[in-house]
Formats: sequence, C-alpha cells, structure tokens
Amino acid sequence: MAETKTKYDRQIRIWGEQGQTALEKASICLLNCGPTGSEALKNLVLGGVGSITIIDGSKVEEGDLGNNFMVDESSIGQSKAKCVCAFLQELNDAVKAKFVEESPEALIEMNPSFFSQFTLVIATQLKEPSMLKLDKICRQADVMLVVARSYGLTGLVRISLKEHTVIESKPDHFLDDLRLNNPWPELKRFAESIDLSTTDPVVHKHIPYVIILVKMAEEWANAHNGSLPSTREEKREFKDLLKSKKIALDEDNYKEAIDASFKISASRGISSNLRKIIDDSSAEVDSASSDFWVMVAALKEFILNEGDGEAPLEGAIPDMTSSTEFYVNLQKIYQAKAEEDFLAVERRVRDILKRVGRDPASISKGNIKSFCRNARKLMVCRYRSIEDEFNSPTLSELQKYLTDEDYSIAVGFYILLRAVDRFATNYNRFPGLFDGAVDEDISRLKTIAVGILSDLGCNGSTLTDDLINEMHRFGGAELHTVAAVIGGIASQEVIKLITKQFIPMSGTFIFNAIDHKSQLLGL
Amino acid sequence: MANPDFESNARWRDLDKLLLRPGNLVNENFEPGPQLRSDLQEYARVLVVGAGGLGCELLKDFALSGFRNLEVIDMDRIEVTNLNRQFLFRLQDVGRPKAEVAAQRVMERVSGVNIVPHFCRIEDKEVEFYNDFNIIALGLDSIEARSYINAVACSFLEYDSEDNPIQETMKPMVDGGTEGFKGHARVIMPGVTPCFECTIWLFPPQVKFPLCTLAETPRTAAHCIEYAHLIKWDEVNSGKAFDADDPEHMQWIYSEATKRAELFGIPGVTYSLTQGVVKNIIPAIASTNAIISAACALEALKLATGCSKTLSNYLTYNGLEGLHTKVTEFFKDKDCLVCGPGVLLELDTSITLQKFIELVEEHPKLLLAKASVTHRGKNLYMQAPPVLEEMTRSNLNLPLYDLMDKTPKDVIHITGMVSKNDKKTSCLRKLRVVFKGVDVVTEMDTAGGA
Repeated sequence: MAETKTKYDRQIRIWGEQGQTALEKASICLLNCGPTGSEALKNLVLGGVGSITIIDGSKVEEGDLGNNFMVDESSIGQSKAKCVCAFLQELNDAVKAKFVEESPEALIEMNPSFFSQFTLVIATQLKEPSMLKLDKICRQADVMLVVARSYGLTGLVRISLKEHTVIESKPDHFLDDLRLNNPWPELKRFAESIDLSTTDPVVHKHIPYVIILVKMAEEWANAHNGSLPSTREEKREFKDLLKSKKIALDEDNYKEAIDASFKISASRGISSNLRKIIDDSSAEVDSASSDFWVMVAALKEFILNEGDGEAPLEGAIPDMTSSTEFYVNLQKIYQAKAEEDFLAVERRVRDILKRVGRDPASISKGNIKSFCRNARKLMVCRYRSIEDEFNSPTLSELQKYLTDEDYSIAVGFYILLRAVDRFATNYNRFPGLFDGAVDEDISRLKTIAVGILSDLGCNGSTLTDDLINEMHRFGGAELHTVAAVIGGIASQEVIKLITKQFIPMSGTFIFNAIDHKSQLLGL
Repeated sequence: MANPDFESNARWRDLDKLLLRPGNLVNENFEPGPQLRSDLQEYARVLVVGAGGLGCELLKDFALSGFRNLEVIDMDRIEVTNLNRQFLFRLQDVGRPKAEVAAQRVMERVSGVNIVPHFCRIEDKEVEFYNDFNIIALGLDSIEARSYINAVACSFLEYDSEDNPIQETMKPMVDGGTEGFKGHARVIMPGVTPCFECTIWLFPPQVKFPLCTLAETPRTAAHCIEYAHLIKWDEVNSGKAFDADDPEHMQWIYSEATKRAELFGIPGVTYSLTQGVVKNIIPAIASTNAIISAACALEALKLATGCSKTLSNYLTYNGLEGLHTKVTEFFKDKDCLVCGPGVLLELDTSITLQKFIELVEEHPKLLLAKASVTHRGKNLYMQAPPVLEEMTRSNLNLPLYDLMDKTPKDVIHITGMVSKNDKKTSCLRKLRVVFKGVDVVTEMDTAGGA
C-alpha cells in the first residue's frame, strides 16, 4: 500500500488523496483502440484509474505497428482490443482491464444500455452518425462523454455532458480573500492593537502588510469621506502615503504593502460568476437536487444574511514579511472567521436538507467546509448536445471564426472533420485514402464542405483550397504524434472530470498541428 | 513473404500520407516521395536528452515517426515515483539506469529502430559527441541542464564573414517542459530563433527564503522545513553531507521541522511537504508529458522532412483552467553570448595559453572559472579529468597562436564554471580569436565585439 502511495506521489501532489480515490473508483470505457484511444487510456492507467473496458472489433494489421505502441509484430491478425488491453494491464496491475471484441458502431446500435455501467466513455475515431447516437445514450444514462479524434495534422476533443459542477477549481491566480477594505470586528481590533508609529525598528519592519493596509485604508477613508482610492492619481497618492511611513530602507513589509495596495480597492460583494450560480434555477432545490446545489442554496441564504453580501471567508492568508507572533495571530483571526462562516453555512445546509425531506446529515462536514473554502471559485460547466451544436451552432460565433484570421484554419478543420465523415458515408472511404483520383476526391470534398457551411446558415462562405487539399492529403491518417497529443488532452480532461477538480475545457478544441495555432470553438 | 521493403511500406501506411504526398501548407524544402522516408530512416540521427517523463514519451514518439537512429542520455536510475508517468518502466526495473531500460523497451516493441543508451551526465560527454546528431530533443527538468545543452548545440554554429549564421552548422533543438497540467514546447534553431539563453528570463530563478526568516521569524511550514534542512542539519551533523535520497535523513529533517513548527505554533508540516520542499519536487502527470513530448517530436519530424510548417517558435499549454494553448514568436537577442557570433578577442601572437586562460577568466562578459580550452575539437588545455590535465599541461607555456596552427582568426571553445544565483554550473562559451597584425586583408569587423 505504501508503495502505491509512493508510486502516485507526483500526482497526489496535484489532486490530493481525494482526487486519487475518485480516479481509483472510476470505470472508463474506450471506443476504438487505435493510437488516439490507446494513448488516452495509457495516461489514465498509469495514473491508477479503477477499471478500463476497451471496445474494438478490428484485428491488428501491419499498418497499426507504425502508429500504435501498444501493438507489436506478434499482435498481427489478433484482436486489437485484446492486444492493447494486455499491454495496458502490464503498465499497472492495480487497474482492472477488460476488452470486448466488437465494433463500437454495432454496440451503440444494438446495445445502448451497455454504456450505463461506466463513469465515463472516451469515444475515439467515431464517425458523426454513431457519435450523435452515443451522445444521446450517454446523456440519458448520465454517463460523461469525451470525444477525441485524430485526423492527419488535425483533430478535436469535445466534452459532452449535461452539467459538471466543480468545488475545487484550484485556479492558478486568484485574488486573496483578505477583506482589507471591509474588516470584520476581530480583524479591526487586532489592527488597532498594533501601532504603526512604533519606534522599535525591529517591530516596525515586522508588521504584516495586511495590518498596514487595513489601517492605512481606514485612515484614508476617514480623510476622504469614507471612500477609498479610486482614480489613478489617488492610488499613486496612497502608495506615496505608504512610502512615507517607512522608517528604514530595508522594510520588506512596506514594500509588500505598496505592491499589494491595489487589494484595498477590491470590490466588495460577490463576483458575477458566483452571482450567476446562486441565481441559477437549480439553486431552487428539492429532494432530487445534488449536494452541490443544496450547498449553493445554503450559500445564497448565507450571502443574503450572515454574509452581508459576501461569500464565506476563505480563511487562508499568503505568506508575508512578519514576526512569527503577528503572523500566527493573524492566521488565527482569519481561520476563526472562516470557521464561523462555515458553521453558519452548515446550519443552513442542514435546514435545507430537512426542508426537502433529506437526511440532514447526508452531506459531510468535510464537504461543506471544502465548499465554503472554495465558495468564490465554484464552477458550473454545461455542454450542449453535439446534435444541437451541429444543427444550430451559435451563428454569430461561427461567422466570427470564419472571418477571423486567427481562427480560420481551426474553423476550417472543424468543418472539414465533419465533411470527411459525410464523404465516408457517401463513398465508404475517407477522401485521399488511396492514391489516385486526387482531383475528383478534392472537388467532392469541397462540395460537401461548402454544403455543410450553407446548411449551417453561412451561405457564400468557403474554405481555402490549400486547407481542403491538405485534408485530402491526410487521407484519414492517424499519425502517432498527433494521436498522442489528442489522446493526451482527452485523458487530461477525463482526469479533471473524474476528480471534479480544476476546470474542464469548454467548446470544441480543434488541434492545428501545422503551426500549433489550435483553438477552442464555442459553438 | 520476407520482403523488407514491402513490410516497411505497409507499416508506414499513415506516416506515408504525410511524407509521400505534396501539399501547400508545407516547408519550402519539402520533397515528398519514398526517398524522403528512407532518408529519414537512414540519415536522421536524433539525441534524446533525458529518459524521464518526457524522454520516455519522446523515444516512443520518434520510433513511431519513422526515425531509426536514436540515442538517449540520462544519469538517473529508476525510482518508484517515476512509475505514474514514465511508462517504459515497471516496478521490477526500480534501481536500473533509465536510459538503458528505456532504450531496450522501445527497441523490443518497434522493430527496426536502434537506440543507443548513455548512462552518464551530459557534461561527461565530449562536446563533439553532440555534433554527431541532426536534431537534439530535450526532455529535461532543470534550467542548468537545458542551458548546458543549448550552449553545446550553439557552439557548433558558425558565422560567415558578414556575421550571418551558416545553415550547415545549425544544430536544431526541440525542447519540452511540464509542471502539473501546464507545459511548453519550443523549437530552437540556433542563429535564427532565440536560443535558450536569449530567453532565459522565461525561467525565473527559484525563490529562496532569506536565512534570517528561517532563523528568526518562521511563518510557514516550508520555513520550518528549510530551517531543519539548511541550518539545523549542519549544526547537528557537522561534516556529514545531507542526502535527500536517504530516507533516514529525510525523516530527521521532518522531525526537526515538526519540533520547530510546534515551538512557533505553525501548522502544516507533513512528511510529504518535507520531501516536496527539500527535493524541490515538481508535480508531474502522464498526460501533460505525453502532449508536450508529442508536440516536440512532431516538430522534429517537420525539421527533418519539411512535411509541414514549423512551430514558430514557442508553444505553451495550460490545462488548469479550461484549455489554453498559445504560440508566441520570440526574437533572438543579437548580442547573445551563446548563439551569437561569440565574444571577439584580439590577441598578440605571442600570448601563451596560460595568459589566454587568465584573460578569459577575467573577461567581464565571460566571468567563468576553471576554463578548459578546445580548438576545432582538439583539447588545448583540460582542467579535468586528471589524465587529460596532465597531458595538456605542457601546452600552457606555448603560444596560443602556435597551438592553433597559426590560424590568423578562428573560433575557440571554452568550458568552465559560472556562478548563477549562488549556484555553480558548467558552461560552454564560444570565442572569436583574432591575432593582431597577421592577416590585415581579411580583418574582421570589431564593431559590437569585445
């Protein structure tokens, strides 16, 4: 067991024990185990996902040896699903690895209920008609779907599910929750107990900048009819005021206060993102509501009542120049306030649970605490069904992409990836699969692409011949490096979805391996 | 049945679409055809530097992109913590050299590919070793190692009399790096794109805690850990070197840090954090390594074949909040000491090698210590190993001009140590040496030189 923990050490540092447990409980289904699917699964097996089930009906051909590391000479003629499964099992014996030798298309057609046993389905190299059907099946069964496709020097990744809620979004840069311009009584009192004009130079250079700013913001407000620095001129003046309080050159705490002085102008109240979440109709909860939305409902009540317009205090402070004593005391004051806020939210959560007829203890203290700590960073991601997007894409966006130079290649590939599927439906093969008949294939592909554009309401729009030629040149090739990128991205998104941490991608990611100017298309 | 040509054609079914067919969105030197693939297989020689998270992926990616002549260099042995991402290694491989196991695993699975492993430090190889490759792929996790390889690759770059880089001497590199859900991939074409040193500011030095904070005003768990690691260890274990890989040492640091944290009322010291702080552990996952390595390998394939445009020149990937990718075109620093034409020194023909070395070590732009001197692959003076030092010591009293076979002007390579952020690292510098009064006809333009 200790070895397992050591093995996963480098990733547990990212998503914690909780995230790791979520991974170990997840069951993943992979459709098609070419290089794209195999690479996606490889990354998840290494990370210790609970179980994998590979669906692929094909036999290994020699061509597979040139792009898929999971098969070798001895695999030729055997079931691809079986060979890939055996190799992946070798990577991590803690993972339950299974395979089904059947074509994904047939399974989608004949046995839709098969998919409801999984946490998440990764569908790779699936053509449009099957993909649309699978999306419906997964949505109905509440199974998450990640679609991944590699095609020559392009490819796409798309998440499809109704709703994904994130408590621990763990953004890289987020303004600290310090309440410098709105201190609660305990923080105010602590600040008052510290004298900025102390003549002891050692004490003076160890007053934490949080205290300096709380006090100076108050001083400023008193001299300015209660308002804080807002114009550029006032902000400069405020910085000068801070500078004037220095009594020695090497006072890092004052340097930090000047650098952080913008934080006193942090707007009060909650962000527009959080406003949207508490105003969402899902926040009107009933017995069928998820824990997340029950907690949002409690949060909403808190903000309107105890919170006085603010979310629960996060309770953490950044490291800053300070004496140990000042810092530890300051930390305790922030933690105490966070605890108080948490208790208020918890009471409300229990009340709401009772009100909707659920067991009041059914949401753990730990979860409510984590929710409160992350209240300002909550995320709700919703994804349109793929069919919706294909039938009625956001036209204004589509038109913008078509005319924006930065997007033209990406949106071109988006259309062409659909066009090659229609081509395949019509002619039973991808354009350019074989050598010869080049001009005919290209003109057919172009006609189809233009047709798709006009179906979408973009009459008169067209794609460059260079790009259409390029798509034809690809001939449906699945290049290993492109597959490793697409599979890698798909597995990274899967990890975010399963651990319910970090923010999964939105829209459709179109990979542009020509110059790497890939784009996310929000259609 | 056993027709090797036929076999390899079938195997490269997908890759051949790219290499055999003409296109419009390709490099200007692209010449599609079966010859291109066989040239790639026969002549392209790639060195993968590092056999860790990126290196394992890179080897696989190159082997499945038609490259056949690969070498890999890594000084590390396999550890249990590698297994969550370094997919060529198994539990039973722990303790074995990474380069050797990685090479063996890829060769077992991809027939036709040949991978030569080098289980050693990158500085252990002669500079000329690196000149043998067409492309160098970097899968490293340290700035120092990147900086060193970059300097080596740039040292091969020569400039013509008008200070334009000479194409044939360019040693292209692809470089990848990851941290958690984030990473970068870049293409370095010395003399054309910025080299690693031109954009060194992209890698800010690691923030260190001031010693007085550790000693007097600790506030965080990390401060307590670093106190135990940097101050207490030496106080108590006088003379005994701290070894981060020794679990007993780490346990000692942990318990000292815990005591200190309790003393000051600071929460948060754990064994895991202790390891993280002391070893400066960068979190790493399989998916990001796979993405970044594949992007690098694809760029290397483009460099070798011209089958598509190239990344120009720096790609960042961030999967933390949604998915963001960005390509930035950085520009080279024309005064770069590493990829530029080199510091120009005008010398008297009488100057001895000894005097020359002193001159170099005192030069304000170079500031290096323990200089060893090479001219056109010939060791003029080597500080180490002792055997070479002894062999070359007698050169010290000879005129440099004579040692350079009376070449009026030429490039000299210096290896030595530089101090950067209180850390000594190996470095390689290129100098242009001109002897006064020897060849007035082709006198070099000294503007912008030393």
